[in-house]
Formats: sequence, C-alpha cells, structure tokens
Amino acid sequence: MSSVIEMRHGSGTLAMQQLIEQIFLPAFDNPYLNQKNDQACFAMKAGRLAMSTDAYVIAPLFFPGGDIGSLAVHGTINDLAMAGATPLYLAASFILEEGFLITDLQRIVASMARAAKKSKVVIVTGDTKVVERGKGDGVFITTTGIGIVPDGISLSSDRAKVGDKIIVSGFVGDHGIAIMSLRHNLHFHTLIQSDSVALDDLVQAMIKAVPDIHCLRDPTRGGVATTLNELAQSSKIGMVIEEAKIPIKIAVASACELLGLDALYVANEGKLIAICAQQDAAYLLTIMQAHLLGRDAQIIGTVVSDQRCLVQLKTRFGGMRIIDSLAGELLPRIC
Amino acid sequence: MKYLNEFRNPHYAKALAALIAKEAHADQQYLFMEFCGGHTHAIHRYGIPSLLPANVELIHGPGCPVCILPLSRIDKALALSAKPNVILCSYGDMLRVPGSHRQTLLTAKAGGADIRMVYSVQDALAIAIAMPDKNIVFFAIGFETTTPATAHAILEAKKLQLSNFSVFCNHVLTPVALECLLQSQANDPCPTLQGFIGPAHVSIIIGSKAYEAVCQKYRKPMVIAGFEPIDVLHAILLLIRQINHGVCKVEIQYCRAVTETGNGLSQQLIREVFALRDTFEWRGLGFLANSALKIKENYREFDAERRYTLNDTFSKAYPGCQCGAILRGLKKPQQCALFAKVCTPDNALGSCMVSSEGACAAVYAYSRVKC
Ligand code: SF4
Repeated sequence: MSSVIEMRHGSGTLAMQQLIEQIFLPAFDNPYLNQKNDQACFAMKAGRLAMSTDAYVIAPLFFPGGDIGSLAVHGTINDLAMAGATPLYLAASFILEEGFLITDLQRIVASMARAAKKSKVVIVTGDTKVVERGKGDGVFITTTGIGIVPDGISLSSDRAKVGDKIIVSGFVGDHGIAIMSLRHNLHFHTLIQSDSVALDDLVQAMIKAVPDIHCLRDPTRGGVATTLNELAQSSKIGMVIEEAKIPIKIAVASACELLGLDALYVANEGKLIAICAQQDAAYLLTIMQAHLLGRDAQIIGTVVSDQRCLVQLKTRFGGMRIIDSLAGELLPRIC
Repeated sequence: MKYLNEFRNPHYAKALAALIAKEAHADQQYLFMEFCGGHTHAIHRYGIPSLLPANVELIHGPGCPVCILPLSRIDKALALSAKPNVILCSYGDMLRVPGSHRQTLLTAKAGGADIRMVYSVQDALAIAIAMPDKNIVFFAIGFETTTPATAHAILEAKKLQLSNFSVFCNHVLTPVALECLLQSQANDPCPTLQGFIGPAHVSIIIGSKAYEAVCQKYRKPMVIAGFEPIDVLHAILLLIRQINHGVCKVEIQYCRAVTETGNGLSQQLIREVFALRDTFEWRGLGFLANSALKIKENYREFDAERRYTLNDTFSKAYPGCQCGAILRGLKKPQQCALFAKVCTPDNALGSCMVSSEGACAAVYAYSRVKC
C-alpha cells in the first residue's frame, strides 16, 4: 500500500478496499464491522435510547493528552453520557485529505480503538471519503453514537431549580490551553495536557448514587461560562458562581493571563457540570471525588431566581460580575 | 511571588478602600480618568467603583488602541485585504471592529480575503519568509507598547531584504493624546478632571518623564499604575493624596516595571524606523497634529501606504454611536441609547464595544446590571 492517501482511496476501488481491510477492520475488529455491510444490525434491550453525533476538526491533529481520534470517540461518548446513557455503539466517518500520511491515519485509528475499548463501545459501521489536497485539514472525523438510558433517569438542561447546587468535576481550561500552546504562532510552552477523556463511567457512578441529578453538561467549546449560560437560559433561572471555588491549574491561569483569555471560556474535553438538589449535593460531591475522573470536583455555585437568566460571578476580589456566553471566537487582547 | 493573585488580594483591597474613604474629603468631588483600556477592563472586572466612596469617580479615557482607530483606517485595512495576492495579518481584537459598511475583517475573511490573526508582528514576518509568492501586510496598531516590536520587524525585513513584507502603520502617541484631551477639556464646561491614572505598559517603554510637560502645563497629577486591581486602588489613593496636598506630579505606582526614563533600546528602535506624521485622525478626538508615527523614508519599501494605492473613502459611523464622546471622557456607555439594547458584543456597532478594553464592552461585560 502507498504511504499517503491518494484520491483512489476514496473512489470505491480496490485501493479503498485495501485501506478498509488493512487499517480500519483490524483496529476496530468486531463482528458487525467485519461483515462489511453498509450498515450494522443489532438487537437492543427495550427502554429509552440516546443518540448523538458530532464532527471533529482540530489543528493540530496530535496534541499532548490525545489526538483527533480519541477526541472523536470521547466527545460523542460524553454527549451520550450527559443524558445518563450507557454508550454502546458508534459509527465513524472519515474525510481524508489527499497526501495525508497513512502512518498518521493508523495512529489515529489505533487511538480511536483504544478509546472505544476502554468505554466498552463498539465501532460498528463507518465511511471514508477523500478530498483533494488543500480541501481538507488532514482528516475530519464524524462519530455518531447510540446508548441506553436507564429507567428513572431524566437529565435535561431545563431542569435546574432555584436552590440547586452547581458542581464542576475538575480543573477547567486544560484542553483549550494545551491546544493553543501548540499552535505554530504561539510561542509558549506548557506541560498542560488535554483533559480529553470519556466520562461515561463517572456519570454511571453519579446517577447510581443520585438518580435525580437535574442537569449534566460537558463544557466543551465556549467553556464553563457558555455552558452555564445555556443551562440558565434553558431552565429560566440565574446562577451565582464563586470564583474562589472554581478549580483552575496555576499553569492554565498563567497561560490565560499571558494571552489575555479567561479560563472560564476555554474548552474542556473531559469535564462535566452537574446540577442537583441542594440536599443531594454533598453526597454527589463525595461520590464524584471518590472517582478518578472527579477527584478534583467542587461545588462552585447555586441556582438563584432571575428572570434575566444571568450567570453572575462572585469574584475572589469581593465584587460581582456577569459572565456571558462567548461572543464569537476567543480573540486575545493586544495590550 | 507568582504575580497571579497577590495584586488581587481582597484584604489589601479592603485596606486600600478604607484608606481612600478616610482620606478623601467628604465635601470634595474627585474625578479621575483612567487613560488606558487595560485599566478600564480591570476596573469593571473587579468591580472597583463599588469599593469607592460616592465622591470618588472614575471616567474612561481614549487609551484603547482598537477603539481610537477611525473608520477610515479600518476601511483602508479592508481595502488592503482585498488586493490580489495579499495576506493581511492583524492582531485578534482588530478583526471584529466594523468599518463603514458594517463590514469587519472577519466578514471580509469569510468572503474570501486572506486575513490571518497573529499574536505578534514576528508571526507576520515568519509568514512572509515562508510564503515568498504572497505579499504580507501587517496591520500595525497600538500605542508605544507595540511600536518597538513593529520597528524591530521592519529592521529585520530590511536585513533579510524581504520584498514581500510591508506594514500598514497606525501607531499612535500617548502624550499627544493626553494633551489634546486636556485642551478640549479646558474649553469644555463639563466635569473637571482632576488627575490621571497613567498608562501601565506604555509607560514601561516611554518612562514617566514623558508625561511631565503635559501634566505640569495643565496642572493635572498623574499616577502610573499597573493593570491589577490593587494597583488601581493604590493609584487612586496616591492621586487623592496629591490633590489634598495641592501637589501635581507624575508618580509611579507601577514601580515593579516602570522607570523615569523607560526602555532606551525600544525608544531607539522607534526613532530609527519611525517619524512623526503631520496629522492623524483619532476616533472621537478628530485630526491631531503630530499624534502618530509613519515609516521613515529609509524604510519606505516596507510602508504599505506607499506600496499600495489606497483611496480615502467617505467613512461613516453608525448613527447614534457615542464612541467619540466616550473616548473623550464626556459620556459613559450607559448614556448611549444603543448601549446593551441594540449594541452588544455580538452585534457591535462601534469600536468601544469590540475590544474587551473598550469602555462599552467592559461595562457591558461586567456591570450592565447595575446600569
Ligand atoms: S454602546 Fe455601541 S453604539 Fe453606543 S457608544 Fe458604545 S460602541 Fe458606540
């Protein structure tokens, strides 16, 4: 096989067959995929299903703590997990750019396989297309997942109630800073790794302990600030967050200072925000802190009544300020 | 010391606020202007007005490099980005500022122009070296803080004999703006400004002496302060003391970075590459003589304004936008009828709403509830 992706790898020819047989099948190895049908058929237990899809584009493709492959698996698993679902099956589509290194593709696929295996999720069907050189960014991946929601769980972003407590599962801002530090035009070095990880196991432990968690969300793009605003708007409530309680690593805080960014707007890929009744909060926090992925969890704020649905921050400094959703892209300040 | 939290310590803030309350004479009104957008940002982010007694008031100045750039210059940048084979490199917060027809560099980029966000002029230079077939134009903006870096890049380009690199120069001068502001205040019947919280980063370059003449001429004290909340509170206290004692001097609160004479090497770089412009338009302040820099004759090949023909357009601000008055310290954002109703960071109608240093953006982001 050639060492780079060529147009013929996407044209339904022998070359494409080879790509599938030599790269995808051995890595994802499972009976559904091995049948080489255009779809996978499987039986499901009765109950509510959750389904989610997400497209992944990221530069650079490989970063400390992960790569586009693991990210594409974790991201969709997390979207399912935020409904309390146990993720079961994934479909994966690849858009490959002509000239992309086959060895890089192999690395990405292997990393997807590892990530899926860890969450006991099976990649049952997929697709590949090739675009001309210059029309893609190496590789784009779309994953779609299906999971089962246990009975009695009804997580939804409109269920936050006045008096509820807001919990974040760990340090915020790691992923975004790890990625930014690698952009070729940013000359700073950090040991910060992306927090990209699948949260399904943590969520299972949480809903087992407190089945009536009201909302769960993973604060990815737009960061914690944007997610809190979305929750506030869906639930038609306000929030008061305490800055001193938000876990932020010193290295992330320093990088944010340097770039003129606010860590609350920086993306995460392995954190969640949970909102639950006040009387459940302490217990839920203990359960989270007992789990590897939630050991740095903190209660960061309270749901309050507010028709304007504002998220306000009680600053370390003693003042109050509004935290808005992210307007446009994160743009660093000049001065 | 990590310089992350020490200057945001709430206990020091309380102590300073108590001193301010004690030393400010109850029967006197104190009005200070923070010149820099960086201070405006910090003041609102940390809720400093709520820590001050009612008779100590702060007002925003023209020190946000993004905000003071007039529409005509943004229109020219847009025109540059539309030239064939040009890659326009710009600092991030310039990208969202609307030009005459509400077009921004971001919308121009979406429309196909090759516009790249860079963190420093060095990145633009690197692109020029890497892409010899393209013409790289750097959209240089800023007060004295960013000027030395631009000068350095031009010197480097000369050394490397780069023929595909040029600079669209919009560097402006702080002391001149200060003088003009005081002049216009002198003719204005409105609130009398009593002193300035002086620029932080600009002063590192030009030194505190650079303000001496203006401050003496108009008898306005200045305290140069860092961008942290403790710095700002401390500077306010020092200003109150000067006023109470009838003193008028340029004082350095930000002594961990600023000296009297500034950074000699940077000043030398600026002198080598740039000369004074006869006149330059500032948003809100109009055309000010000797208020900005142009690229010297020796380096003319790196001057985008000489390399490309740029027509003067008829630039028009959004009707009702009060950025001009806000930049002169005559109005507060809340006094603009469009503020927070029509004009928001998502839909910025004027420059003051774009950069987080802009007065409208700072007030919107942090304290619009109280307005
Ligand atoms: S609120 Fe908007 S329109 Fe009004 S002065 Fe500020 S920027 Fe201009």
